[in-house]
Amino acid sequence: MDVVHPLSGTIAELIWLVPVLPFLGFLINGAFSLTSAYLPGPLDPSSDPTSGHSGHTGEFPALQATHHGHRHRWEKATTIIGPAVIILGFLLSAAIAWTMIQRGGDAPFIQRYSTWMPAGTLQVDWAFQLDHLSMVMVLIITGIGSLIHIFSVGYMREDPGYPRYFAYLNLFVVFMLALVLGANYPVIFVGWEGVGLCSYLLIGFWFSDTNNADAGKKAFIVNRVGDFGFLIAMFLLWSNLGALDFAGVAAKAATFPVGSGVITAICLFLFLGCAGKSAQMPLYIWLPDAMAGPTPVSALIHAATMVTAGVYLIARSSFLFAVSPTASLTVVIVGGVTAIFAASIALKQWDIKKVLAYSTVSQLGYMFVGVGAGAYTAGVFHLVTHAFFKALLFLGSGSIIHAMHEAYHEGHAHHDDAQDMRNMGGLRHTMPFTWAFMWIATLAIAGVPVFSGFFSKDEILGQLFERAHGSTLADAHWFGIPGSAILYLFYGLGLITAFMTAIYMTRMMLYTFHGENRSDEKARPHLHEAPWIMTGPLAVLAVLSAVGGWVNLPEWFTEKLPVGRTEALHHWLEPVVGHATTALAGAQPPTAMSTELSLVAAAIACALGGILTAWLLLKPAKLTSAAKAPAAHGVARVLERKYFVDELIQMLLVNPVIRVSRTLLWRGIDVGLIDGLMVNGSASVARGIAWVGARAQSGLVGNYAWAIALGVLGLVAVMTLG
Amino acid sequence: MIGPALFFSACLFAIGVMGVLTRRNALILFMCVELMLNAVNLSFVALSKLHGVGGQVFVIFVMTVAAAEAAVGLAIVIAVFRHFRTVDLGALRLLRG
Repeated sequence: MDVVHPLSGTIAELIWLVPVLPFLGFLINGAFSLTSAYLPGPLDPSSDPTSGHSGHTGEFPALQATHHGHRHRWEKATTIIGPAVIILGFLLSAAIAWTMIQRGGDAPFIQRYSTWMPAGTLQVDWAFQLDHLSMVMVLIITGIGSLIHIFSVGYMREDPGYPRYFAYLNLFVVFMLALVLGANYPVIFVGWEGVGLCSYLLIGFWFSDTNNADAGKKAFIVNRVGDFGFLIAMFLLWSNLGALDFAGVAAKAATFPVGSGVITAICLFLFLGCAGKSAQMPLYIWLPDAMAGPTPVSALIHAATMVTAGVYLIARSSFLFAVSPTASLTVVIVGGVTAIFAASIALKQWDIKKVLAYSTVSQLGYMFVGVGAGAYTAGVFHLVTHAFFKALLFLGSGSIIHAMHEAYHEGHAHHDDAQDMRNMGGLRHTMPFTWAFMWIATLAIAGVPVFSGFFSKDEILGQLFERAHGSTLADAHWFGIPGSAILYLFYGLGLITAFMTAIYMTRMMLYTFHGENRSDEKARPHLHEAPWIMTGPLAVLAVLSAVGGWVNLPEWFTEKLPVGRTEALHHWLEPVVGHATTALAGAQPPTAMSTELSLVAAAIACALGGILTAWLLLKPAKLTSAAKAPAAHGVARVLERKYFVDELIQMLLVNPVIRVSRTLLWRGIDVGLIDGLMVNGSASVARGIAWVGARAQSGLVGNYAWAIALGVLGLVAVMTLG
Repeated sequence: MIGPALFFSACLFAIGVMGVLTRRNALILFMCVELMLNAVNLSFVALSKLHGVGGQVFVIFVMTVAAAEAAVGLAIVIAVFRHFRTVDLGALRLLRG
């Protein structure tokens, strides 16, 4: 009865090898880092008196080691093994993807390896599911992962924790692959928690600085809130649908009526998990702090892959969200609000990585708007292009920070903040390649035509506009507000966000690469381009950022310029999300070509307008270095301080918790109830009884004799009278 | 004759008990314990008339043990006197709780 899957017996059977390879890398590199002798970390106070400097976020402290010859003894082996396992994984998955294209087959290719939880009717397997969606994710993870691993060789080689870094990075890839390949929710959850762990380990990679360690803890704790939602969603799935694997859940979900409360609850809890992992409101606060990790980590984990897990999960659970327009609209609202909120904060950040971090939060919001509006392909499409250009931007910023640090060190200059854009400027002369590559990425993220981000962002906005009229989603209501109003509103906000995106990205480029150099005179002559091992991956990513949009060219484009297949990604993902997309679109009338073109025109206007605005308004020449910069006032100050959200959370959440913990839990329950009443209390009772007993022990033989005599009398009385 | 013998034995025992309970001198206490033992011996002998010779055999045992006990007891009393310079039991309360 079982139809043989077209992929069985092919190379796709080896899909297990893709995560196992990085796992071997993790074991080997982990062993290297364990067997090596203790090397004082660069931030270790005992290592070097001149390296007392420690910055706030993701400082690059590795340089001190270079000039003292502190290279790691396993450096060469790690350099080969660390990236090689990922590159092999990429080659393997590329071969699998090729087989998939050749052989086709719409059904997911499910591989069961062993039983995990056989409990009554609950049957959870260790199983991988290879389908069109997970294939895209595997290619992104291993592909971008390979580039970032190669870049890391240049960026981290001088760090004393070099093998440890690669061990964590390899382990991250293992869990990320488990996340996207899992064939049921529990396996996804294992990957989900695993990437959270690796994210924590890598954010706090330079843990000898308390700020970095705190940032890691913050990411971990905030993610717990989201994971709680994911867990509840799984419990609800099991108790109401009786299944946890995707096929079973999809089959059961289809039997529920549209708008069912149970499914809505499941979707909302699932989305809480996604909001935690993908840094959406109100759980986005950890991502900007996560910039404390090494910059390639920010590129891989906090831009390209892990933070997009939420988008992936919603696309994966599209069969659930298709049943619940309310939950889908919630996703749109949260994503849209996050997008514009984070974009506005990015307008006034000075730390180059913070700009990119808020930009990531904002772009993730875009993706959620896409998947929330039922445009799953558009959301995944933006996920793919975003992985290209945001990884490029982060790696580019990494090479800038690397250059700044090295210049400070070689010039024996005072260590200013190497990540503050006010200390940069004019870097296009010294770093021409990085400059060119990052401009490509900037044009892509801003949405300038023919660059990758243009197509993906335009598709999200276009689909949003189309959905706002006549679709199931538009006819649905969100707490009394008609869905169509919400979709129109967020289309408008999306355009404003696109405009802001163009502004802050241009601002970042202007302040970093243009104008005069504002760094220390002593450091200035030492600024230079990064080595080829770092610029190489940048070049590859620049090409991808430029042409990545071609995986899903819209119809209006190919009609006029037939350079590629029309909506290739859309057709590719059709078997996975097609049903849900149709369900949420409903009887939506087709959009006229003229409307579509005017939407595109609006998006282009926003992108170019933003770039032009920034170009005309911002004057890098007027900028002073960070140390001399005047304090910001008014709106600028509010934006620079991130709307005081961290302070607000500190005041409303953290401080009350600390106060309650200190007064009620510590002094009240722990010291008072447990220590006082229970531990010391039982001791007091015992002492009281002992005191009474001790009174009987007079030590006088006569008294004992009396007691014996009276006892005998008593006994005799009982025996004779009783 | 058993009745008066047992009555006399009971009287002797009661005198012994009262001595133990009321006196504080260790030697007198000791003598009162001997008195109680001999009261019991007397009732053994008296009752052997009814229950056979076993009672009289038992008396021999009691006297043997009493002799041993007297030896040990007197030795302790002497040791106590050497240590505390008194045999007044009211003054000896090292084991007070």
